[in-house]
This record gives sequence, structure tokens and C-alpha cells, in this order.
Amino acid sequence: MLGLATLYTLLPLTWLMLSSTKSREDLFGTNGFSLGNEIHLAENLEQLFAADDGVYLRWVLNTVGYAGVGALLASLFGVAAGYAFDKLVFPGKERLFSLVLLGVMVPGTAMAIPLYLLAAEAGVVNTFWSVFVPGLVFPFGVYLARVFSAAYVPDEVLEAARMDGAGEFRSFCRVAFPMMAPGFVTIFLFQFTQIWNSFFLPLVMLSDQDLYPVNLGLYVWYSSALSQGHPEDYLLAVVGSLVSVVPLIIVFLMLQRFWKSGMTAGAVK
Amino acid sequence: MASPSTRGQRRTATLLLSPFFVLFTVVTLAPLAYAAWLSLFTTRTSGLGFGGTENVFSGLDNYAEALTDPQFLDGFLVVAAYCALYIPVMIGGALVLALLLDSGLAKARSFFQLALFLPHAVPGLIAALIWVYLYTPGLSPVIDFLKSGGIDISFLSADVAVFSAANIAVWEWMGYNMVIFYAALQAVPRETLDAAKVDGAGAIRTALAIKVPMIRPSIALAVLFTVIGSIQLFTEPKVIYSASSAIGSTWTPNMYVQTAAFQNNDFGLAAAASLLIAVFAAVLSFIVTRISRRGSKP
Repeated sequence: MLGLATLYTLLPLTWLMLSSTKSREDLFGTNGFSLGNEIHLAENLEQLFAADDGVYLRWVLNTVGYAGVGALLASLFGVAAGYAFDKLVFPGKERLFSLVLLGVMVPGTAMAIPLYLLAAEAGVVNTFWSVFVPGLVFPFGVYLARVFSAAYVPDEVLEAARMDGAGEFRSFCRVAFPMMAPGFVTIFLFQFTQIWNSFFLPLVMLSDQDLYPVNLGLYVWYSSALSQGHPEDYLLAVVGSLVSVVPLIIVFLMLQRFWKSGMTAGAVK
Repeated sequence: MASPSTRGQRRTATLLLSPFFVLFTVVTLAPLAYAAWLSLFTTRTSGLGFGGTENVFSGLDNYAEALTDPQFLDGFLVVAAYCALYIPVMIGGALVLALLLDSGLAKARSFFQLALFLPHAVPGLIAALIWVYLYTPGLSPVIDFLKSGGIDISFLSADVAVFSAANIAVWEWMGYNMVIFYAALQAVPRETLDAAKVDGAGAIRTALAIKVPMIRPSIALAVLFTVIGSIQLFTEPKVIYSASSAIGSTWTPNMYVQTAAFQNNDFGLAAAASLLIAVFAAVLSFIVTRISRRGSKP
């Protein structure tokens, strides 16, 4: 049973790996779960990075910008806000927090059109910012940060910092933030995958190919392979998928302990 | 009255909360408000098409149009059919796998956990691309294999499309939920399990009578989160859509919104439909939080 399930999860990935090593003829001509007649991986990679004047590399860099930098800032803002909700006293706290929960409840995809309409009004459609800025907001991260702050930062430690004359802001930066580091990584991972996964928003916002994230670029290659009968784009989409998935899988393998703790923290929400 | 320390706390709170709330306003609250406003207007071409278009206040007409449009409502039916197929298989599969891992039958637990979780590290779009290749006649080894066994199936036909989309989602989410269930199972007190063993309960009986009921809150949550995710169904059908003529451009609610906005340029209707989806999801989320609160109180 476990073996069967593992087969089910791993076979499509095996197919992706094998297909990336094939020439175009072999991709269409040989069995998907066997090797092609010749190993063609190096040529395929070369073609991938050369296609359309190297646009693939641009897409990768864009994605690192949207997902990497975006999630980094989003987690920073989220941890700061979550800490404030947990440890500081200020008026209107719970009312503000219910606004955050409202944000958790509204799904990202349903926000794409409202965002587009506003961005169109503001004249920022088809810019880097139209996809980057929405990624900076992660209400669920604020929620998680509040939970993590309550779990990781003992009140006594903050008291001690105050006794020593550290200001509130300094206590957060020097004392609390380092204690929340595992929570920070978890929140970062969540938001990173979310932005990396997002497809509807860039599809709606962007028309300039140079601004695409990898997902959207692969989709365009793939649909042009279908609609305009460019079989070479099939292969580009396959190899491009492999190249963008491998680093993600490595990151997940390295950061296992964080996503596991984050998932269980999220599940008892 | 405010002591220096509470004043300091307020000032720091403002400082720490501002970046999030400023962006939250720009990215969530303002677009929602703007979409709500726009949803009250309809664009009409005036006269015989001379003089361009004008925005006419139409009250709740767009909402009425969406809610009576069979294409929009059919989208929800598709999602319902998809859920009916997807949720039992995915949650059931995740549960059985978690129980197997927990029962001690399985060696190499972390290997299985990782192997099963791996698809979740693959972005939804790429998962859909991979599977659609595996669904495409002439390319797919799966179809060839089934054909050699005498089964002729067209994964991209209208009848099977719901199944095909659900399969991609099962692939992506089964391992994810298994990890959650497995973690919940680890928290089941060992004394309870030992007591059951002393009473002569077998592995299967223990699983059904003790373990599953004890992690019921986790299961309920996973189901509801899955439903909320399903309402947003877009990426996988979009990819299947470009490969198959069998499913339409308004197959799911989000596809309906996209078509209304960018093929028919009816932004009022698109805004109204988006807000309806958001409200529907928010209501479901509210139920989720209710249930989870009940679950956390013993």
C-alpha cells in the first residue's frame, strides 16, 4: 500500500526526469518510463537557456524576485505584526486582529480580479510591482507569528530586557526576533511556496514576457506548443519544468523540520 | 495616566504594525472596496456604437446576473462534483497512509513521508503540465499501458475531465495531509493504545476505534480547508482546458470570472462574481474556525 502510493507520487516525477533527457523524436517516439535512444539532456538545457534570447533565465530571476524577496519582506512584516499582537498593549488590538482574520478568510485567487481592477485604475498593470506588492501581504503569517510569539518568547525574558533599560523596539529586534527565528523560516516557506505557485494573478496582470515568473512562461510555451503546433516548445516546457522544480525540492529536503512544524501549527489553527 | 512604558509599547506597536497594515489596505481592503463599487455599474455602448461606452449605475444587477447565469452556477456544480470525487479519495488515502506509517508496520518512515510529500514541492502549474502530458494520447505511457490491458480511456474528454483534475489534486495534496495526520497520530497517548492492546484489540480495531476518532478534529479541518481550496480551482483546469476542447472556458467559477473580464470585457460582472466567490469562501472559513475552536476545547 505504502509502496503503491510511493509509486504513484514518484512516477510522474520520474517521467519528467526521463523526458528531459530525450530528444524531440524520442519524446514522442519512445515509452515515457524508459530512457530514450540517446541522452540529450545537455543539448536540451542549452536550448532552454538559449530560447527567445535567454528569456528563461529572466523568468527564473523574476520568480526569485517575486517569491524570494517578496516572501522575505512578507515574513518580516508578518513577524513584526504578530509579535505586536502577542506581546504589546495598545488600544483596538482585538478589533485590528479580526481584520487580519478577515484577510485570512478571503482566498488569494478571488482577489486577483479586484486587484487587477485597482491596478488598472492606478496605471500599474503589467509592471513588476503589480505582482510583487500583493505578495508582501500574508495575513495567515501574522496569525502564525502571533502563535509562534506566544510559544517561543517567554514574557519573563522581555521583562528582564525592560529592566535592563532596553526600549520596546530594541527588545523586539535584539531579544524576541532571534527567538522567533524558526517561526520566521516557517512563515517564509509558506509564503514562498504560495507566491511561487501563484498563477492567476500574474496571468491577469502581466502581458510583457520579460516580466513573467517561471510558471506563466512555461504555461505560455506549453499552450503555444498546443495551439500553434510548435512541438519544440513541448520539450522546452518539460525541461523548463524540471529545472525549476529541482531547486524547490532541494529546499524542501533541507528545511524539512520547518515545514513540518509549520503545517502542524497551521492545522491546529 | 499612561506610564512611559505603555506609551513606549503603543509607539512600538504602531511601528511594528504599520508596514503590514499599510500594505494590507493597499492590496486587500482597497481592491475589495473598489471591486464592490465597480460591481454596481454596467458598461453600455451608447447609441449605435457612436460616442464610445459609458458606465451606468445598475445596482445589484450584476449580482443577479451572476447568480442566475447557468454558466456561473454550473461552475459551482463542477466544483461540487470535483469535491465529491476528490475529498474522499484524497483524505481517505492520506488517513490510511498515516495509519500505516503510525502502526509500526512501516520501516523507513522518513523515506515514505518524504517520497509522499514530494509532489507538494512541485508548483500546481507544473504538476498540471506533467499530468496533462500523461493524459495526452500519443505521448502518454499510461494510456498505452491501459490500452495494452484492453482499457481505452480518454482522460481529456468532458465526462472524465473532473476525474482528471481531481487526480492532479490528489497527487499534490495526499502526502501533505498525510504528514498532518501522522503528526496528529503521534499525539495520541500511548497508554490508551497499550490499554487497548491489553484488552485484546487488534491493529485494525485500534486504528478504527481509537486512533481515527482521536484525530477527528484534524480530519475535519483538512476536509474544510480542502473545500475552500477547491472553490478557487483554476490552474489545473486552465491547463487541461488548453489541451482539451471538451471543457469550456467557464468550467469553474474562477474561470468564469476570467472569461467575463478578459473575453467579454464585462468588469462589473467579473467584480460581482469575484466578490461572490470571496464571500462564499469567507463563510466556509468562518465555519472552519468555529469547528476548530470546538475541536481544541476538550
